[in-house]
Amino acid sequence: MTNTLHRYGTAESFKDDYVIFALPAKGGAQTGDPKPALRRFLEIALDYNPVNIGDAIHGGGTRPTEHSHAMEHFARRPTKPDFQRVMDGLGEPTTYSAVFATREDAEAFVQRIVEEDLGLSINISSSIENAQNCCKAAGITRHSVGYSLGFEGIQDNAPNRHVLALSTMCGHGMISQSLAKKMIDMVKENRASPDKVTAALSRFCSCGIFNPVRARRIIEEARKKTF
Amino acid sequence: MKISETKCVGCGNCTYACPMGAIYVDPTTRKATVNSDECVECYACYNGLSKEHLPPRTVRFTRRMMSKLWLRFEPDPDICPTDALEPDPLSWPRVVRRAFSDPRVPHESTGVTGRGTEEVKTNEISNRIAVGMVGFTIEFGRPGVGVRFHQIQEMSMALAALGVKIQPKNPVTAMMSDVETGKIRDDILNEKVLSAILEITVPVERTEEIIRTVWAVEKRIDTIVVLGVGTRCDEDGEERVVAPILESLGYTLKRAKTNLGLGRPQIRELARENAEPANQAQESVAA
Ligand code: SF4
Ligand code: SF4
Repeated sequence: MTNTLHRYGTAESFKDDYVIFALPAKGGAQTGDPKPALRRFLEIALDYNPVNIGDAIHGGGTRPTEHSHAMEHFARRPTKPDFQRVMDGLGEPTTYSAVFATREDAEAFVQRIVEEDLGLSINISSSIENAQNCCKAAGITRHSVGYSLGFEGIQDNAPNRHVLALSTMCGHGMISQSLAKKMIDMVKENRASPDKVTAALSRFCSCGIFNPVRARRIIEEARKKTF
Repeated sequence: MKISETKCVGCGNCTYACPMGAIYVDPTTRKATVNSDECVECYACYNGLSKEHLPPRTVRFTRRMMSKLWLRFEPDPDICPTDALEPDPLSWPRVVRRAFSDPRVPHESTGVTGRGTEEVKTNEISNRIAVGMVGFTIEFGRPGVGVRFHQIQEMSMALAALGVKIQPKNPVTAMMSDVETGKIRDDILNEKVLSAILEITVPVERTEEIIRTVWAVEKRIDTIVVLGVGTRCDEDGEERVVAPILESLGYTLKRAKTNLGLGRPQIRELARENAEPANQAQESVAA
Protein backbone atom coordinates (compact mmCIF):
# COMPACT_ATOMS: atom_id res chain seq x y z
CA MET A 1 0.00 0.00 0.00
CA THR A 2 2.14 2.85 -1.22
CA ASN A 3 -1.10 4.63 -1.94
CA THR A 4 -0.21 8.00 -0.42
CA LEU A 5 3.42 8.02 -1.44
CA HIS A 6 3.60 8.38 -5.19
CA ARG A 7 1.82 11.63 -5.89
CA TYR A 8 2.91 13.40 -9.01
CA GLY A 9 4.20 16.95 -8.55
CA THR A 10 7.16 19.08 -7.59
CA ALA A 11 8.11 19.44 -3.90
CA GLU A 12 6.49 22.89 -4.05
CA SER A 13 3.21 21.32 -5.18
CA PHE A 14 2.99 19.45 -1.85
CA LYS A 15 2.96 22.67 0.17
CA ASP A 16 -0.72 22.15 1.07
CA ASP A 17 -0.60 18.35 1.19
CA TYR A 18 -0.07 16.50 4.47
CA VAL A 19 -1.49 12.97 4.60
CA ILE A 20 -1.09 11.61 8.12
CA PHE A 21 -2.16 8.06 8.83
CA ALA A 22 -2.33 5.60 11.68
CA LEU A 23 -2.27 1.83 11.55
CA PRO A 24 -1.71 -1.11 13.85
CA ALA A 25 1.04 -3.61 13.02
CA LYS A 26 -0.16 -6.88 11.54
CA GLY A 27 0.45 -10.43 12.59
CA GLY A 28 0.03 -10.20 16.38
CA ALA A 29 3.07 -7.96 16.85
CA GLN A 30 1.11 -5.70 19.20
CA THR A 31 -1.25 -6.29 22.08
CA GLY A 32 -4.37 -4.28 22.84
CA ASP A 33 -7.44 -3.34 20.87
CA PRO A 34 -6.53 -0.96 18.01
CA LYS A 35 -10.10 0.12 17.28
CA PRO A 36 -10.56 2.73 20.05
CA ALA A 37 -7.06 4.12 19.39
CA LEU A 38 -7.75 4.45 15.68
CA ARG A 39 -11.04 6.19 16.38
CA ARG A 40 -9.30 8.55 18.78
CA PHE A 41 -6.77 9.36 16.03
CA LEU A 42 -9.59 10.65 13.81
CA GLU A 43 -11.40 12.37 16.69
CA ILE A 44 -8.25 14.34 17.44
CA ALA A 45 -7.77 15.10 13.74
CA LEU A 46 -11.20 16.78 13.71
CA ASP A 47 -9.83 19.43 16.11
CA TYR A 48 -7.26 20.54 13.53
CA ASN A 49 -9.26 21.44 10.43
CA PRO A 50 -8.65 18.35 8.30
CA VAL A 51 -9.63 18.63 4.65
CA ASN A 52 -10.39 14.92 4.51
CA ILE A 53 -10.50 11.94 6.85
CA GLY A 54 -11.23 8.30 6.14
CA ASP A 55 -10.47 4.67 6.57
CA ALA A 56 -9.16 2.26 3.96
CA ILE A 57 -12.31 0.16 3.88
CA HIS A 58 -15.18 2.64 3.82
CA GLY A 59 -13.62 5.70 2.20
CA GLY A 60 -13.38 9.39 2.93
CA GLY A 61 -15.65 12.35 3.53
CA THR A 62 -16.98 12.61 -0.02
CA ARG A 63 -18.60 9.47 -1.35
CA PRO A 64 -20.71 8.50 -4.34
CA THR A 65 -24.37 9.37 -4.06
CA GLU A 66 -27.21 6.96 -4.71
CA HIS A 67 -30.66 8.17 -5.56
CA SER A 68 -33.70 6.30 -4.46
CA HIS A 69 -36.21 7.95 -6.79
CA ALA A 70 -36.06 9.70 -10.14
CA MET A 71 -36.92 13.22 -8.94
CA GLU A 72 -33.65 13.35 -7.01
CA HIS A 73 -31.96 13.74 -10.38
CA PHE A 74 -32.84 17.44 -10.11
CA ALA A 75 -31.56 17.87 -6.55
CA ARG A 76 -28.21 19.43 -5.71
CA ARG A 77 -25.52 16.96 -4.69
CA PRO A 78 -23.25 17.66 -1.71
CA THR A 79 -19.77 18.95 -2.51
CA LYS A 80 -18.54 19.29 1.09
CA PRO A 81 -17.10 16.26 2.90
CA ASP A 82 -19.28 14.64 5.55
CA PHE A 83 -16.92 13.75 8.39
CA GLN A 84 -19.69 12.62 10.70
CA ARG A 85 -20.57 9.91 8.21
CA VAL A 86 -16.95 8.72 8.27
CA MET A 87 -16.95 8.59 12.08
CA ASP A 88 -20.29 6.79 12.17
CA GLY A 89 -19.09 4.12 9.74
CA LEU A 90 -15.81 3.20 11.44
CA GLY A 91 -15.41 -0.43 12.30
CA GLU A 92 -12.62 -2.76 11.36
CA PRO A 93 -9.03 -1.89 12.22
CA THR A 94 -7.26 -0.78 9.05
CA THR A 95 -5.33 2.31 7.96
CA TYR A 96 -7.06 5.50 9.14
CA SER A 97 -5.97 8.77 7.58
CA ALA A 98 -6.39 12.51 7.96
CA VAL A 99 -5.38 15.08 5.38
CA PHE A 100 -4.34 18.64 6.25
CA ALA A 101 -3.74 21.58 3.97
CA THR A 102 -1.75 23.95 6.19
CA ARG A 103 1.55 23.61 7.97
CA GLU A 104 0.06 24.98 11.20
CA ASP A 105 -2.73 22.41 11.35
CA ALA A 106 -0.48 19.47 10.43
CA GLU A 107 2.21 20.39 12.94
CA ALA A 108 -0.27 21.04 15.76
CA PHE A 109 -1.96 17.70 15.04
CA VAL A 110 1.33 15.78 15.08
CA GLN A 111 2.30 17.44 18.35
CA ARG A 112 -1.01 16.35 19.90
CA ILE A 113 -0.71 12.82 18.53
CA VAL A 114 2.75 12.47 20.08
CA GLU A 115 1.33 13.58 23.45
CA GLU A 116 -1.55 11.11 23.20
CA ASP A 117 0.86 8.19 22.77
CA LEU A 118 -1.73 5.91 21.18
CA GLY A 119 0.82 3.19 20.46
CA LEU A 120 -0.21 2.98 16.79
CA SER A 121 2.28 3.53 13.97
CA ILE A 122 1.91 7.07 12.64
CA ASN A 123 3.28 8.11 9.26
CA ILE A 124 3.33 11.40 7.39
CA SER A 125 3.16 11.30 3.61
CA SER A 126 4.18 14.67 2.24
CA SER A 127 7.27 16.49 1.03
CA ILE A 128 10.35 15.42 2.97
CA GLU A 129 10.69 18.94 4.34
CA ASN A 130 7.06 19.16 5.49
CA ALA A 131 7.43 15.91 7.45
CA GLN A 132 10.74 17.00 9.00
CA ASN A 133 9.15 20.26 10.12
CA CYS A 134 6.31 18.34 11.75
CA CYS A 135 8.82 16.17 13.64
CA LYS A 136 10.83 19.20 14.74
CA ALA A 137 7.73 20.99 15.98
CA ALA A 138 6.72 17.91 17.97
CA GLY A 139 10.24 17.35 19.35
CA ILE A 140 10.62 13.85 17.89
CA THR A 141 12.97 12.20 15.43
CA ARG A 142 12.06 10.17 12.36
CA HIS A 143 12.23 6.40 12.74
CA SER A 144 12.16 5.31 9.10
CA VAL A 145 11.64 6.92 5.77
CA GLY A 146 10.29 5.63 2.45
CA TYR A 147 11.31 7.85 -0.46
CA SER A 148 9.28 8.11 -3.64
CA LEU A 149 11.59 8.14 -6.65
CA GLY A 150 8.76 9.23 -8.92
CA PHE A 151 7.28 7.63 -12.01
CA GLU A 152 10.18 6.39 -14.12
CA GLY A 153 10.26 8.23 -17.41
CA ILE A 154 7.67 10.87 -16.48
CA GLN A 155 9.28 14.26 -15.97
CA ASP A 156 8.06 17.03 -13.65
CA ASN A 157 7.23 19.14 -16.68
CA ALA A 158 5.17 16.54 -18.53
CA PRO A 159 2.57 18.19 -20.75
CA ASN A 160 -0.36 16.65 -18.89
CA ARG A 161 1.05 17.53 -15.47
CA HIS A 162 -2.23 18.76 -13.96
CA VAL A 163 -4.01 15.59 -15.05
CA LEU A 164 -1.25 13.49 -13.49
CA ALA A 165 -1.28 15.50 -10.27
CA LEU A 166 -5.03 14.92 -9.92
CA SER A 167 -5.14 11.29 -10.98
CA THR A 168 -2.23 10.21 -8.75
CA MET A 169 -3.96 11.72 -5.73
CA CYS A 170 -5.70 8.38 -5.42
CA GLY A 171 -2.77 6.03 -5.02
CA HIS A 172 -5.02 3.07 -5.75
CA GLY A 173 -5.43 4.42 -9.27
CA MET A 174 -9.21 4.87 -8.98
CA ILE A 175 -9.14 8.38 -10.48
CA SER A 176 -8.82 8.02 -14.20
CA GLN A 177 -6.76 10.40 -16.25
CA SER A 178 -9.64 10.83 -18.69
CA LEU A 179 -11.94 11.96 -15.90
CA ALA A 180 -9.31 14.33 -14.47
CA LYS A 181 -8.83 15.83 -17.95
CA LYS A 182 -12.58 16.14 -18.48
CA MET A 183 -13.00 17.87 -15.10
CA ILE A 184 -10.31 20.42 -15.95
CA ASP A 185 -11.92 21.01 -19.34
CA MET A 186 -15.36 21.53 -17.80
CA VAL A 187 -13.92 24.19 -15.52
CA LYS A 188 -12.06 25.80 -18.43
CA GLU A 189 -15.31 25.97 -20.38
CA ASN A 190 -17.08 27.30 -17.28
CA ARG A 191 -19.51 24.38 -17.45
CA ALA A 192 -18.77 23.39 -13.85
CA SER A 193 -17.27 25.00 -10.75
CA PRO A 194 -13.96 23.83 -9.24
CA ASP A 195 -15.92 22.77 -6.13
CA LYS A 196 -18.22 20.57 -8.16
CA VAL A 197 -15.49 18.83 -10.13
CA THR A 198 -13.30 18.43 -7.04
CA ALA A 199 -16.18 16.60 -5.34
CA ALA A 200 -16.65 14.42 -8.43
CA LEU A 201 -13.00 13.35 -8.32
CA SER A 202 -13.07 12.88 -4.51
CA ARG A 203 -15.92 10.39 -4.82
CA PHE A 204 -13.63 7.94 -6.61
CA CYS A 205 -11.03 7.92 -3.79
CA SER A 206 -11.74 4.80 -1.77
CA CYS A 207 -9.83 5.55 1.45
CA GLY A 208 -10.11 9.26 2.18
CA ILE A 209 -6.61 10.43 1.26
CA PHE A 210 -7.75 12.69 -1.59
CA ASN A 211 -6.82 16.30 -0.83
CA PRO A 212 -9.62 18.55 -2.11
CA VAL A 213 -7.73 21.76 -1.30
CA ARG A 214 -4.72 20.76 -3.39
CA ALA A 215 -7.05 19.46 -6.12
CA ARG A 216 -8.93 22.76 -6.29
CA ARG A 217 -5.66 24.67 -6.48
CA ILE A 218 -4.39 22.44 -9.31
CA ILE A 219 -7.70 22.82 -11.19
CA GLU A 220 -7.55 26.61 -10.81
CA GLU A 221 -3.96 26.59 -12.12
CA ALA A 222 -4.97 24.39 -15.05
CA ARG A 223 -7.97 26.60 -15.85
CA LYS A 224 -5.65 29.38 -16.94
CA LYS A 225 -2.68 27.35 -18.13
CA THR A 226 -3.13 23.74 -19.17
CA PHE A 227 0.53 22.90 -19.79
CA MET B 1 -17.38 -5.80 -15.36
CA LYS B 2 -20.43 -5.84 -17.56
CA ILE B 3 -22.86 -3.17 -18.66
CA SER B 4 -26.54 -3.97 -18.89
CA GLU B 5 -27.72 -3.48 -22.47
CA THR B 6 -31.26 -2.95 -21.31
CA LYS B 7 -30.33 -0.26 -18.82
CA CYS B 8 -27.49 1.63 -20.56
CA VAL B 9 -28.56 4.82 -22.32
CA GLY B 10 -25.17 5.49 -23.88
CA CYS B 11 -24.48 8.77 -22.06
CA GLY B 12 -20.74 7.96 -22.09
CA ASN B 13 -19.97 8.97 -18.50
CA CYS B 14 -18.45 5.62 -17.62
CA THR B 15 -16.00 5.88 -20.53
CA TYR B 16 -14.23 8.68 -18.66
CA ALA B 17 -14.41 7.00 -15.27
CA CYS B 18 -12.55 3.84 -16.27
CA PRO B 19 -8.87 4.23 -15.28
CA MET B 20 -7.91 1.73 -18.00
CA GLY B 21 -9.92 3.39 -20.74
CA ALA B 22 -11.57 0.01 -21.31
CA ILE B 23 -15.14 1.26 -21.79
CA TYR B 24 -16.42 2.67 -25.08
CA VAL B 25 -19.81 3.41 -26.55
CA ASP B 26 -20.31 0.95 -29.40
CA PRO B 27 -21.33 2.88 -32.54
CA THR B 28 -23.68 0.09 -33.64
CA THR B 29 -25.56 -0.58 -30.42
CA ARG B 30 -25.01 2.91 -28.94
CA LYS B 31 -24.50 1.22 -25.60
CA ALA B 32 -21.43 1.30 -23.42
CA THR B 33 -19.31 -1.82 -23.79
CA VAL B 34 -16.40 -3.14 -21.75
CA ASN B 35 -13.29 -4.41 -23.49
CA SER B 36 -12.93 -7.35 -21.14
CA ASP B 37 -9.31 -8.12 -22.03
CA GLU B 38 -8.31 -4.62 -20.90
CA CYS B 39 -10.71 -4.43 -17.95
CA VAL B 40 -8.80 -5.06 -14.72
CA GLU B 41 -11.92 -5.51 -12.54
CA CYS B 42 -10.95 -2.53 -10.42
CA TYR B 43 -14.61 -1.60 -9.83
CA ALA B 44 -13.77 2.12 -10.16
CA CYS B 45 -16.77 2.42 -12.48
CA TYR B 46 -19.10 0.46 -10.20
CA ASN B 47 -17.90 1.87 -6.86
CA GLY B 48 -16.91 5.38 -7.97
CA LEU B 49 -19.74 6.44 -10.25
CA SER B 50 -22.77 7.68 -8.37
CA LYS B 51 -25.97 5.83 -9.12
CA GLU B 52 -29.27 7.19 -10.29
CA HIS B 53 -32.24 5.01 -11.04
CA LEU B 54 -33.83 6.86 -13.93
CA PRO B 55 -36.04 4.72 -16.17
CA PRO B 56 -33.90 3.83 -19.22
CA ARG B 57 -36.74 4.17 -21.76
CA THR B 58 -37.65 7.64 -20.53
CA VAL B 59 -34.01 8.72 -20.58
CA ARG B 60 -33.52 7.39 -24.13
CA PHE B 61 -36.68 9.18 -25.29
CA THR B 62 -35.60 12.42 -23.58
CA ARG B 63 -32.13 12.16 -25.12
CA ARG B 64 -33.60 11.65 -28.59
CA MET B 65 -35.99 14.57 -28.24
CA MET B 66 -33.36 16.88 -26.82
CA SER B 67 -30.88 16.05 -29.56
CA LYS B 68 -33.47 17.05 -32.16
CA LEU B 69 -33.52 20.46 -30.50
CA TRP B 70 -29.72 20.58 -30.45
CA LEU B 71 -29.82 20.15 -26.69
CA ARG B 72 -28.06 17.59 -24.56
CA PHE B 73 -29.24 15.45 -21.69
CA GLU B 74 -26.31 15.72 -19.33
CA PRO B 75 -26.21 13.94 -16.00
CA ASP B 76 -23.33 15.01 -13.73
CA PRO B 77 -20.13 13.52 -15.18
CA ASP B 78 -19.68 11.09 -12.29
CA ILE B 79 -23.14 9.57 -12.47
CA CYS B 80 -24.48 6.52 -14.25
CA PRO B 81 -28.07 7.68 -14.68
CA THR B 82 -29.58 4.20 -14.93
CA ASP B 83 -27.32 2.15 -12.66
CA ALA B 84 -26.28 0.02 -15.61
CA LEU B 85 -22.93 -1.33 -14.41
CA GLU B 86 -23.07 -4.96 -13.35
CA PRO B 87 -20.18 -6.84 -11.75
CA ASP B 88 -19.44 -10.18 -13.37
CA PRO B 89 -19.01 -13.27 -11.20
CA LEU B 90 -15.26 -13.92 -11.42
CA SER B 91 -13.51 -17.25 -11.40
CA TRP B 92 -9.85 -18.21 -11.51
CA PRO B 93 -7.68 -16.81 -13.05
CA ARG B 94 -9.70 -13.66 -13.72
CA VAL B 95 -10.41 -13.20 -10.02
CA VAL B 96 -6.73 -12.23 -9.64
CA ARG B 97 -7.47 -9.04 -11.56
CA ARG B 98 -9.87 -7.83 -8.92
CA ALA B 99 -7.68 -8.89 -6.00
CA PHE B 100 -4.90 -6.65 -7.30
CA SER B 101 -7.02 -3.82 -8.70
CA ASP B 102 -9.94 -3.17 -6.36
CA PRO B 103 -8.49 -1.63 -3.18
CA ARG B 104 -11.44 -2.77 -1.10
CA VAL B 105 -10.79 -6.44 -1.70
CA PRO B 106 -8.28 -7.86 0.77
CA HIS B 107 -5.47 -10.06 -0.49
CA GLU B 108 -5.98 -13.49 0.95
CA SER B 109 -2.24 -13.85 1.36
CA THR B 110 -1.64 -10.75 3.48
CA GLY B 111 -4.99 -10.04 5.06
CA VAL B 112 -4.47 -6.33 4.35
CA THR B 113 -6.78 -4.17 2.30
CA GLY B 114 -4.80 -2.83 -0.62
CA ARG B 115 -2.14 -4.16 -2.88
CA GLY B 116 1.04 -4.28 -0.88
CA THR B 117 2.36 -4.92 2.57
CA GLU B 118 3.44 -2.67 5.39
CA GLU B 119 6.88 -1.62 4.09
CA VAL B 120 8.36 0.85 6.59
CA LYS B 121 4.97 1.99 7.86
CA THR B 122 5.14 -0.18 10.98
CA ASN B 123 8.91 -0.60 10.96
CA GLU B 124 9.32 0.43 14.59
CA ILE B 125 7.31 -2.68 15.51
CA SER B 126 8.11 -5.09 12.72
CA ASN B 127 11.79 -4.19 12.17
CA ARG B 128 11.03 -5.22 8.60
CA ILE B 129 13.81 -2.97 7.28
CA ALA B 130 16.68 -3.28 9.75
CA VAL B 131 19.68 -0.94 10.13
CA GLY B 132 21.93 -1.22 7.08
CA MET B 133 19.13 -2.56 4.88
CA VAL B 134 17.03 -0.98 2.17
CA GLY B 135 13.51 -2.01 1.22
CA PHE B 136 12.40 -1.49 -2.35
CA THR B 137 8.78 -1.31 -3.46
CA ILE B 138 8.67 -1.63 -7.23
CA GLU B 139 5.19 -0.70 -8.37
CA PHE B 140 3.91 -1.35 -11.87
CA GLY B 141 0.96 -0.01 -13.80
CA ARG B 142 0.25 3.38 -12.34
CA PRO B 143 -0.90 5.87 -13.41
CA GLY B 144 -3.52 4.58 -15.78
CA VAL B 145 -1.74 1.95 -17.84
CA GLY B 146 -2.03 -1.29 -15.88
CA VAL B 147 0.33 -4.24 -16.05
CA ARG B 148 0.25 -7.92 -16.99
CA PHE B 149 1.93 -10.51 -14.82
CA HIS B 150 4.39 -11.54 -17.54
CA GLN B 151 5.73 -7.97 -17.39
CA ILE B 152 6.12 -8.17 -13.62
CA GLN B 153 7.82 -11.52 -14.08
CA GLU B 154 10.53 -9.93 -16.23
CA MET B 155 11.44 -7.75 -13.28
CA SER B 156 11.10 -10.43 -10.60
CA MET B 157 13.27 -12.88 -12.56
CA ALA B 158 15.91 -10.25 -13.29
CA LEU B 159 16.11 -9.39 -9.59
CA ALA B 160 16.05 -13.01 -8.45
CA ALA B 161 18.94 -13.71 -10.85
CA LEU B 162 20.97 -11.25 -8.81
CA GLY B 163 20.40 -13.42 -5.76
CA VAL B 164 17.98 -10.93 -4.24
CA LYS B 165 15.45 -12.20 -1.73
CA ILE B 166 11.89 -11.41 -2.72
CA GLN B 167 9.73 -10.33 0.23
CA PRO B 168 7.65 -13.36 1.21
CA LYS B 169 4.60 -11.63 2.71
CA ASN B 170 3.52 -9.83 -0.42
CA PRO B 171 0.60 -10.51 -2.79
CA VAL B 172 2.83 -10.66 -5.90
CA THR B 173 5.12 -13.17 -4.20
CA ALA B 174 2.05 -15.26 -3.41
CA MET B 175 1.46 -15.54 -7.17
CA MET B 176 4.91 -17.04 -7.79
CA SER B 177 5.41 -20.70 -8.58
CA ASP B 178 9.11 -20.37 -7.68
CA VAL B 179 10.12 -17.52 -5.39
CA GLU B 180 13.84 -18.37 -5.76
CA THR B 181 13.76 -17.60 -9.48
CA GLY B 182 10.95 -15.01 -9.42
CA LYS B 183 8.80 -17.20 -11.71
CA ILE B 184 5.10 -16.37 -11.65
CA ARG B 185 2.55 -19.15 -12.16
CA ASP B 186 1.80 -19.73 -15.82
CA ASP B 187 -1.99 -19.55 -15.63
CA ILE B 188 -2.01 -15.88 -14.63
CA LEU B 189 0.82 -14.52 -16.79
CA ASN B 190 -1.55 -12.78 -19.19
CA GLU B 191 -3.87 -11.41 -16.52
CA LYS B 192 -3.91 -7.64 -16.40
CA VAL B 193 -4.13 -5.67 -13.14
CA LEU B 194 -4.33 -1.97 -12.33
CA SER B 195 -1.15 -2.03 -10.27
CA ALA B 196 1.01 -4.47 -8.37
CA ILE B 197 3.97 -4.08 -6.05
CA LEU B 198 7.06 -6.26 -5.96
CA GLU B 199 9.02 -5.95 -2.72
CA ILE B 200 12.63 -6.79 -1.98
CA THR B 201 15.04 -6.02 0.83
CA VAL B 202 18.78 -5.73 0.24
CA PRO B 203 21.87 -4.49 2.10
CA VAL B 204 22.38 -0.78 1.51
CA GLU B 205 25.50 -1.41 -0.62
CA ARG B 206 23.32 -3.02 -3.30
CA THR B 207 21.07 0.03 -3.75
CA GLU B 208 22.69 1.26 -6.96
CA GLU B 209 22.87 -2.22 -8.50
CA ILE B 210 19.14 -2.75 -7.91
CA ILE B 211 18.16 0.61 -9.34
CA ARG B 212 20.26 0.06 -12.47
CA THR B 213 18.60 -3.33 -12.95
CA VAL B 214 15.15 -1.79 -12.55
CA TRP B 215 16.05 0.86 -15.13
CA ALA B 216 17.21 -1.79 -17.62
CA VAL B 217 14.10 -3.97 -17.26
CA GLU B 218 11.72 -1.02 -17.13
CA LYS B 219 12.84 -0.01 -20.63
CA ARG B 220 11.84 -3.44 -21.97
CA ILE B 221 8.37 -3.66 -20.48
CA ASP B 222 5.45 -1.66 -21.76
CA THR B 223 4.18 -0.24 -18.48
CA ILE B 224 5.08 2.43 -15.95
CA VAL B 225 7.28 1.68 -12.96
CA VAL B 226 7.48 3.72 -9.79
CA LEU B 227 10.06 3.04 -7.11
CA GLY B 228 9.80 3.47 -3.38
CA VAL B 229 12.94 3.12 -1.26
CA GLY B 230 12.58 2.62 2.48
CA THR B 231 15.25 2.69 5.14
CA ARG B 232 15.91 3.31 8.84
CA CYS B 233 16.92 6.76 10.04
CA ASP B 234 19.81 7.35 12.45
CA GLU B 235 19.30 7.90 16.18
CA ASP B 236 19.01 11.63 15.52
CA GLY B 237 16.33 11.12 12.86
CA GLU B 238 18.63 11.94 9.96
CA GLU B 239 19.18 9.65 6.99
CA ARG B 240 22.68 10.06 5.61
CA VAL B 241 23.27 6.82 3.74
CA VAL B 242 20.59 6.08 1.15
CA ALA B 243 19.64 9.63 0.12
CA PRO B 244 23.17 10.44 -1.15
CA ILE B 245 23.19 7.24 -3.24
CA LEU B 246 19.82 8.12 -4.77
CA GLU B 247 20.92 11.69 -5.45
CA SER B 248 24.13 10.47 -7.08
CA LEU B 249 21.93 8.44 -9.44
CA GLY B 250 20.18 11.62 -10.50
CA TYR B 251 17.04 11.51 -8.35
CA THR B 252 15.70 14.65 -6.73
CA LEU B 253 14.09 13.51 -3.51
CA LYS B 254 10.82 15.32 -2.99
CA ARG B 255 8.18 13.20 -1.39
CA ALA B 256 8.46 10.53 1.28
CA LYS B 257 6.51 8.55 3.76
CA THR B 258 7.93 9.29 7.19
CA ASN B 259 7.40 6.85 10.04
CA LEU B 260 7.38 8.78 13.32
CA GLY B 261 8.29 5.74 15.41
CA LEU B 262 5.26 6.07 17.70
CA GLY B 263 4.14 2.44 17.53
CA ARG B 264 4.40 0.49 20.81
CA PRO B 265 4.15 -3.23 21.56
CA GLN B 266 1.06 -2.38 23.62
CA ILE B 267 -1.63 -0.20 22.03
CA ARG B 268 -3.09 2.29 24.48
CA GLU B 269 -6.14 0.75 26.11
CA LEU B 270 -8.64 3.49 25.46
CA ALA B 271 -11.68 1.29 25.96
CA ARG B 272 -10.68 0.78 29.61
CA GLU B 273 -9.64 4.43 30.10
CA ASN B 274 -12.94 5.60 28.68
CA ALA B 275 -14.79 3.45 31.20
CA GLU B 276 -12.90 4.92 34.22
CA PRO B 277 -13.78 8.61 33.79
CA ALA B 278 -17.44 7.61 33.53
CA ASN B 279 -17.24 5.96 36.94
CA GLN B 280 -15.43 8.96 38.41
CA ALA B 281 -18.04 11.30 37.04
CA GLN B 282 -20.77 9.31 38.73
CA GLU B 283 -18.93 9.41 42.04
CA SER B 284 -18.42 13.15 41.88
CA VAL B 285 -22.10 13.68 41.22
CA ALA B 286 -22.89 11.51 44.22
CA ALA B 287 -20.44 13.52 46.35
S1 SF4 C 1 -22.72 5.81 -17.45
FE1 SF4 C 1 -24.29 4.22 -17.41
S2 SF4 C 1 -25.83 4.86 -18.91
FE2 SF4 C 1 -24.00 6.11 -19.28
S3 SF4 C 1 -22.92 4.98 -20.88
FE3 SF4 C 1 -22.10 4.25 -18.95
S4 SF4 C 1 -23.33 2.46 -18.38
FE4 SF4 C 1 -24.41 3.54 -20.02
S1 SF4 D 1 -13.90 -2.55 -13.55
FE1 SF4 D 1 -12.28 -0.99 -13.78
S2 SF4 D 1 -11.19 -1.53 -15.64
FE2 SF4 D 1 -13.14 -2.65 -15.68
S3 SF4 D 1 -14.53 -1.34 -16.82
FE3 SF4 D 1 -14.82 -0.81 -14.66
S4 SF4 D 1 -13.40 0.89 -14.29
FE4 SF4 D 1 -12.78 -0.08 -16.22
